Amino acid sequence: MNTRRAAIVGGNRIPFARSNGPYAHASNQDMLTATLDGLVARFGLQRERLGEVAAGAVLKHSRDFNLTRESVLGSRLAAETPAYDVQQACGTGLETVILTANKIALGQVDSAIAAGVDTTSDAPIAVHEDLRAVLLAANRAKTLGGRLRALSGLRPQQLVPAIPVNSEPRTGMSMGEHQAITTLEWDITRAAQDELAAASHRNLAAAYDRGFLDDLLTPFLGLSRDQNLRPDSDVEKLAKLSPVYGKAFGENATMTAGNSTPLTDGASAVLLASDEWAAAHKLPVLAHFVDAETAAVDYVHGNRKEDGLLMAPVYAVPRLLARHKLSFDDFDFVEIHEAFAGTVLATLAAWEDDDFCRRRLELDGALGSVDRSKLNVNGSSLAAGHPFAATGGRIVATLAKMLHEKGGGRGLISICAAGGQGVTAILEA
Amino acid sequence: MSDRYLNLVNSPVGARVASRVGLPQPAQLRRYTTGDRLLLAPALLGSTTGKPTAALRKLLSGAGAEVLDEIAEGVRVGALVLDARSVKTPADLGAVREFLGSGVRALSSSGRVLVLGRAPDGASITAATTRQALEGIVRSLAKELRRGSTANLLWVEDEASLPSALRFFLSGKSAYVDGQPLRLGAGKAPAPKDWEQPLAGKTALVTGAARGIGAAIAAVLARDGARVIAADLTIAGDSLAKIANKLHGTTLHLDVAAAEAPERLLDHLAAHTDGLDILIHNAGITRDKLLANMKPEHWDAVLAVNLESQLRINEALLGSDQLNAQARVVCLSSTTGLSGNRGQTNYGATKAGVIGMVRASAPAFAAHGASTINAIAPGFIDTEMTAKIPFATREVARRLSSLQQAGLPIDVAEAAAWLASPGAGGVNGQVLRVCGQNLVGA
Repeated sequence: MNTRRAAIVGGNRIPFARSNGPYAHASNQDMLTATLDGLVARFGLQRERLGEVAAGAVLKHSRDFNLTRESVLGSRLAAETPAYDVQQACGTGLETVILTANKIALGQVDSAIAAGVDTTSDAPIAVHEDLRAVLLAANRAKTLGGRLRALSGLRPQQLVPAIPVNSEPRTGMSMGEHQAITTLEWDITRAAQDELAAASHRNLAAAYDRGFLDDLLTPFLGLSRDQNLRPDSDVEKLAKLSPVYGKAFGENATMTAGNSTPLTDGASAVLLASDEWAAAHKLPVLAHFVDAETAAVDYVHGNRKEDGLLMAPVYAVPRLLARHKLSFDDFDFVEIHEAFAGTVLATLAAWEDDDFCRRRLELDGALGSVDRSKLNVNGSSLAAGHPFAATGGRIVATLAKMLHEKGGGRGLISICAAGGQGVTAILEA
Repeated sequence: MSDRYLNLVNSPVGARVASRVGLPQPAQLRRYTTGDRLLLAPALLGSTTGKPTAALRKLLSGAGAEVLDEIAEGVRVGALVLDARSVKTPADLGAVREFLGSGVRALSSSGRVLVLGRAPDGASITAATTRQALEGIVRSLAKELRRGSTANLLWVEDEASLPSALRFFLSGKSAYVDGQPLRLGAGKAPAPKDWEQPLAGKTALVTGAARGIGAAIAAVLARDGARVIAADLTIAGDSLAKIANKLHGTTLHLDVAAAEAPERLLDHLAAHTDGLDILIHNAGITRDKLLANMKPEHWDAVLAVNLESQLRINEALLGSDQLNAQARVVCLSSTTGLSGNRGQTNYGATKAGVIGMVRASAPAFAAHGASTINAIAPGFIDTEMTAKIPFATREVARRLSSLQQAGLPIDVAEAAAWLASPGAGGVNGQVLRVCGQNLVGA
């Protein structure tokens, strides 16, 4: 069967906002629709019937069961464009790119939008589990008496709503607490984490200043830059912050609000197509999607150090590199999602660890070091913020543009996700 | 923003009061909408030779006018078109007085007086004197006309652009162009396949397209068939996207004043288009201060956005392979550039500079596959920008023109779309005022 490489034409996102900030009253559908419309405007896709739109949100209302399709219907795209929802935690955005790129590669579609959106402000709130049971029982009852009997089970404490929390169902621990263990186990210092965070802010601010973001975003609700970005951030200021995760480790607690991503609202979208479709529509090709690899770790029962919740990309990347006979030296850019500065640094440390790589990755030695001058050169999630499902689209569009600007090259993407998963991919231009 | 005074004096009671006490009585102007007839009443055609040429009659009827040679008692005409190209001595001007003087009584509201003359330069002293006199007649008559009627003068050196000029000046598209002379020279001015879609197949870029006059220009270019690239600052991207989506166009986030703007523009054109046909330099800012209090940064910012950006982008386009043949560049000047305005030395510098730029650039654009570059000088136009002017000042400014009202962004947009059309190829290096014959300035 003949396959072809999917082209990345470009992207659009709205500036990311801090939780309960400017987008507090915007729903996932509002943000995704605005993001799609910005993409439509950038590339002249009004009334265009695309092959498909794949998108998702991590925090989703039950009424948004068809979030992507509803957003397409509300956008300027042709109503005949099919759509579906995807959910793979923080890997959602990159996973939608993988799915649509594969369909383009197989010739099943010629064009597609891969997107993601998340709001932690307009989050779904569920009723108390006992209350839900009572209400469902009342609904099942066939007689008035039966309904009253069921409702007599109502208790005041059931009125406390169930608010979604950023924690793993199987451990009850938040993502930050999980990462705090990993950070400690891999001996990642506070200074190194703060240095990475400062670099992220510095790099993203410089990218804005030189107009790099001009054709990657469209302002929304009065915001034209990521709200979390602090151009004047530096290691001295970051060093003053108190730890927020791993406080049980006392003096060894290193993770602060400065070197961890905040809760964020936002959306992103990427336009993918076959080369022929792009040429026929007189649209540029920034880069091509090469391949992807997803891994998962047993963070529930596994090794405290080596199977940390956010360590799965450590396992995905070597498999991806081996399949293409590539090493880190073959990459011009490396984008590692900054869920926490500790995540990035622990990932890099693992790849540099000879023993770990031999034992767990079944390599002949350490996978290698990533040249820091290639890492997240236009900033990443610590500066931009991290609306869970929107991060993948942000990184793919950013990397594609970087490769295009460079006039060619190769880039690696690594994104960790809740549930002990990791989604990674290669782009080439 | 609605003009409450205009609405008031056009009500039965308001009209009677205004008339009694001698207040200005602005009329509702006839503006073009797609499918409108050229004129609502026949055009009376005359010539200073006594007999209009068959060719001109054919052009007029081809443009959609019903042509009359004389007016029966009680008949209203929509336009008076006088071919005065034959005048050689002051005595010949009597024929102008006779034709216009009698015709003007029959002119309907929003009527048009259009005089065709020959440019004074290159003629004998007496002929040049006489030809120039036409301008004084037209400008003065424009001030006498009432009920939204206008008078304009075309210096016809070459008839190539006459078909499209007639369509612009006689229709509702020129509603706010009054008392203006314009030179029609030689150039390539092909007739479009469809006069309702004169820009079909053309790629147009409008800077400052997120609001006001720029948004109106983008809309009219799209109405006339162009594929529009709406450009503006990233910060205006939200409304820019809405405008582009409505017009089936595309957006380009571009700070025209940035050092890399020309290069970025060329890259975009290369990647997204088959070359640019129409460029509207509309982006502009004001930073008003008396010269004595003018800060260097305010001076520099206005010059960078309103003038230097245009120079640099034009130069880059002419030196690239991204500007198609028979391209049209239209630059937004202002009546401030002609008359000056207190507190606007920086703005006035740029708007006068733009006029110098189009005049000096015309030969280079003509050499680029018969392309053209022209300026539009809007007068007082109701926009978000002028809405910030204090109420009393604004009300006075609105009345200070022969049409006694402010223009609308659409009026500037119609002029830009005409200058951008293939048929206007004989207009090059000119300044067209869209000011309702503003009482200040030239």
